[in-house]
Amino acid sequence: MIIGEQKPFEEIWEMVKGHKQLTVFGCNTCVAVCHQGGNKEAEIMASLLRMRATQEGLEIDIKNGGIERQCEHPFFESAKALLDQSEAVLSLACGIGVQFVAEKYMNTPVYPALNTTFLGDVKQDGFFTEKCQACGDCVLGVTGGVCPVSRCCKRLFNGPCGGSSNGKCEISKDIDCAWQLVVDRLQALGKMDDYEKLVPIKDWSKDRAGGPRSFKLEDF
Amino acid sequence: MEIKTNSRLEKVLKNGHMAVSSECGPPRSSDPSGIIKKGHLIKNHVDCINITDNQTSVTRLCSLASCIHLKNEGLEPVLQMVVRDRNRIALQSDILGAASFGINSMLCLSGDHQSFGDHPSAQNVFDLDSMQLLQTVRYMRDEGKFLGGDEIKVPPNLFVGAAANPFADPFHIRVPRLAKKIAAGAEFIQTQCVYNLEKFELWMKGVVERGLHEKVFIMAGITPMRSVGMAKYMARAVPGMDVPEDLVKRLSGVPKDKQAEEGITIAVEAIERLKECTGVSGFHIMAIEWEEKVPEIVERSGLYPRPVVD
Repeated sequence: MIIGEQKPFEEIWEMVKGHKQLTVFGCNTCVAVCHQGGNKEAEIMASLLRMRATQEGLEIDIKNGGIERQCEHPFFESAKALLDQSEAVLSLACGIGVQFVAEKYMNTPVYPALNTTFLGDVKQDGFFTEKCQACGDCVLGVTGGVCPVSRCCKRLFNGPCGGSSNGKCEISKDIDCAWQLVVDRLQALGKMDDYEKLVPIKDWSKDRAGGPRSFKLEDF
Repeated sequence: MEIKTNSRLEKVLKNGHMAVSSECGPPRSSDPSGIIKKGHLIKNHVDCINITDNQTSVTRLCSLASCIHLKNEGLEPVLQMVVRDRNRIALQSDILGAASFGINSMLCLSGDHQSFGDHPSAQNVFDLDSMQLLQTVRYMRDEGKFLGGDEIKVPPNLFVGAAANPFADPFHIRVPRLAKKIAAGAEFIQTQCVYNLEKFELWMKGVVERGLHEKVFIMAGITPMRSVGMAKYMARAVPGMDVPEDLVKRLSGVPKDKQAEEGITIAVEAIERLKECTGVSGFHIMAIEWEEKVPEIVERSGLYPRPVVD
């Protein structure tokens, strides 16, 4: 899923403080799981902004609301009245949701409350780790199910660099060496011979390098 | 053995001599005099001089320009090239540029992560990895083609090498990793600094068992310690570096003003021992900002004078 992290409150405040009316708008799927952008967090954010406005002596009408997903049209129906009347929206969705709202409401300023950080898993409650960079050409089949693109700091395709030490990456003891994990998996699978197969030079045109990507189902 | 390029390193190695290379780091300025001076300090004692490519991700005068400066002085540079900062277009372009100046050898590396350097907020590229860069150089040279498939009218003729770190983890893939680099096209290898001789010899044993030493020339990396402080720092803070406790103790047991001399002696002893190690074809002496000591190390190790090759 998509992981996001709330921006520093001061940065948010600087973006929105000039408005007379603001809707703080949650997205109750991915970013709710990481407790950063759900409808509950939107409610808390709205309260914090109201308090700050009071402290600063500013009169801002701050409402809050939210929907299940800010990246699909049907979910917006329940929030139509609220958004139609908004002077500005502070979206707690990921970057996709923020853009989706902006596209729907051409004349309404939309601000991001989150930094969209990565595509990851819920390793344990409250702990999320990056697992995919959507490179468009998955190699997990030959790397023992461990992604070198998202998990190796140098996205090396042919093995660990010289900085792998005790299973950790040279850039931080908090980061597992992806290639140690690949090798451990290949060993467990009895496929160590696969390690010596050279992985071909990657076609990055399927990644962001090829420009914005889209995918259309012809049958729909 | 067939000599394929004009590389002096290739000629020395293929004529069966124990090769000696060294390396110099370019300055953090547009003044090339420092690198030229370093080159002249060591030129008579080494077969070729590697020029590092923004090592530790600190921005410096570029490796290619530095190589050209040395070439203009009649020295034999080895272009180090990392895949951190350039995509395949820039890499291939620089390879052609190097060849156009008569640079005959290059070393393909991943490059230190930018978080260690002076621009930690930089983007990294890693369009290719170091093995794929080896494949690229060999493809350009041997097939006369760009990666994109177009013909290169005058292909670059470079002797191509790679690094190997026998001390990084996981150890059991370090011999297979060398095999992979050879399969990718490496013709010579310069290793990480060797301090743990037993572990290096164990790695070499695995290399020899697979006959890999007959497919590639392996040059052992040697870096003299200047002080016990440096030894402790390398043991503690440099990832993938194996500095045995005994070495730190040996340096600690020497008065401070004699530690540098002891460091040189340790380096010389390592070379003398590894000369006897089957599969070792030479030494890569990395005297970090201490180039003036390279001649002494080479002479004391019995590696001087350097052979004359055509």
